[in-house]
Amino acid sequence: MKRKLLSLFLLPAAMLNLLSGCASSEKTAEEAEEEITAQTLTVSDPDYYTRFKDDGLSINVYNWGEYISTGADEGTLDVNSEFEKLTGIKVNYTNYATNEELYAKLKGGGATYDVIIPSDYMISKMIKEDMIQELDFENIPNFGYIMDNFRNMEYDPENAYSVPYTWGTVGIIYDETMVDMDEEDIDWDLLWDETYADQILMFDNPRDAFAISELLLGYSLNTENPEELADAAEKLKEQKRIVQAYVMDEIFDKMGAGDALIAPYYAGDALTIMEENDSLNFVVPKSGTNLFVDAMCIPVGAKQKEAAEMYINFMCEPDIAFANIDYICYSTPHSAAFEMLDEEVRNDPISYPDEELIAERTTVFVNLSDEANKRMQDLWTEMKSAEDETTNKWLMPAFLVLCLATVVFVLIRRHIKNKKDIF
Amino acid sequence: MKQLKVLSLPYLVWMVIFIVVPLLMVAFFAFTTEDGSFTIENISDVGQYANIFVRSIWLALIATVICLLLAYPLAFILSRMEKHKQGTMLLLVMLPMWMNFLLRTYAWMTLLGNNGIINNLLGMIGIGPLKLINTSGAVVLGMVYNYLPFMILPLYSVMQKIDKSVLEAASDLGCSFRNTLFRVIVPLSLPGITSGITMVFVPAISTFIISRMLGGGSNLLIGDLIEMQFLGNSYNPHLGAAISLVLMAIILVIMTVMNQFSPDDQVLI
Repeated sequence: MKRKLLSLFLLPAAMLNLLSGCASSEKTAEEAEEEITAQTLTVSDPDYYTRFKDDGLSINVYNWGEYISTGADEGTLDVNSEFEKLTGIKVNYTNYATNEELYAKLKGGGATYDVIIPSDYMISKMIKEDMIQELDFENIPNFGYIMDNFRNMEYDPENAYSVPYTWGTVGIIYDETMVDMDEEDIDWDLLWDETYADQILMFDNPRDAFAISELLLGYSLNTENPEELADAAEKLKEQKRIVQAYVMDEIFDKMGAGDALIAPYYAGDALTIMEENDSLNFVVPKSGTNLFVDAMCIPVGAKQKEAAEMYINFMCEPDIAFANIDYICYSTPHSAAFEMLDEEVRNDPISYPDEELIAERTTVFVNLSDEANKRMQDLWTEMKSAEDETTNKWLMPAFLVLCLATVVFVLIRRHIKNKKDIF
Repeated sequence: MKQLKVLSLPYLVWMVIFIVVPLLMVAFFAFTTEDGSFTIENISDVGQYANIFVRSIWLALIATVICLLLAYPLAFILSRMEKHKQGTMLLLVMLPMWMNFLLRTYAWMTLLGNNGIINNLLGMIGIGPLKLINTSGAVVLGMVYNYLPFMILPLYSVMQKIDKSVLEAASDLGCSFRNTLFRVIVPLSLPGITSGITMVFVPAISTFIISRMLGGGSNLLIGDLIEMQFLGNSYNPHLGAAISLVLMAIILVIMTVMNQFSPDDQVLI
């Protein structure tokens, strides 16, 4: 869901790899060769895509960072330039880091976008606030590739507004060599385990953090009950003492370097981290988790709706969907792209847990009421800004004394100066 | 004279469009609700974050004092060096600023980490891993590191103007080194001290990325709080604007106090 700073964080790691002559480089070269043969583009209906060829159109696409195949790795497709080549429509591609940033950009006006890729709960919020518009599925024939169980999701029950792009689960990444537990026994309470004090990382956004706390307490992920939210906040406060840091993308670096042992994160990103550090493992806790879906939408006020639908359709071309999913490592809701994946990946329980697990253990976020959102945010800020009592004791008085001293000093100084002036 | 005024017109237009108007907008947002009616609720809501304000001011203050203590002797030594050496030394002071701000702060993350270079070195001489990162100390370190040049440069440019003969006169008249420092050098460099303090304190108090990267997200500062209101889960630009307004008021008060130290009869000395 969130990968904007990824390239920045991985940069030093990549340089270290170069220095130490990491063994994995041979393997990636091999993989790249495979990809060259695999990734060439054919589209189902070339006529459809060339409709606007000479109109000089351009569309604004607003997506998560590192969330599309850019052709940066040898042999992979540069999806946006392929689209431009095929359709003659120019793509202005920009990135955001959180759903909230996207929401703020749209709400603040000032910029119009034609295609955006928010997550589930943000989609339902945007539907409610009339910020995204219904799609014309006549123009998106490739929607047929989307798997049945990813249609009519709870956030968009009629499936009128969105076309799923990726999905994944939230789970715990942990160091197998240091955490002495069976994979099946691991539950969210591992994040509260005193044994690993100061080795635990936690989500730095309230929705995901509260979800974990709520799962642990046996509440619904989408609870709006004030008492349950307060309980969850209490639980998070309890955890604060043993949390090393509240982070998002920094997890890549901290877990990769072995700075922390346990962290909750998104499955797709977990795979990326595990490539770097062999001793890590990822598990979906037994008491359940959140399943997220990121889907393509068109905001109200989009200037080129038809071109935007063409882009969405293009993203659902099997070759393109495969190139993207292969690059970003998240799970795909696209049946043809799924078939094109390596057998190994398709059977990987991290990317594609079996349907039973999905049905029984996962919940999708829906949008909370404004009131519940505000309550959650307030509790979160309170939790984050609460200090250990030891520091609190001297901080405030010291500050006051300092203020007083400054004022007295200034007054005395003025007094002396005035006296001097008289003489 | 008239022609000179015309020359300042571009900046005046720039200032009105990009400084005055946004400031008015901040004030407008701070005093209105979502539907545009007047309220002071946003401002009174800021009260609940008092401890975050205190912490921000406190940390920024410590960072400013450390910067001053580090930069003052350095700036003095710099200004007394031979001319050609001064250029090289200044270049060294500026060098870190050529690198991206984020990258510099990020480098500290790998240095201070539990498995970082510093802890590894300490481990070699038998000192167990210390908790260096994710502390308020680390935040202060980040502030000092990033804003130190902003303290050195104004101090240096003021001290450079202190004539050597003034110092010689002081010692000719039997002034001890200590007295020369406090009665000659410090008063003469006061404008540099005040502008240095301003240039370090203001960005330090409103920073958010340093506290996030080095403070581990559990050392919230005002900057983080404001960022949360605009880009965070609680999208509330009105509260965000109110917090910004209070922050501006605090900075204004502190700056007014600061200005008391800088004598306006500077020219006479």
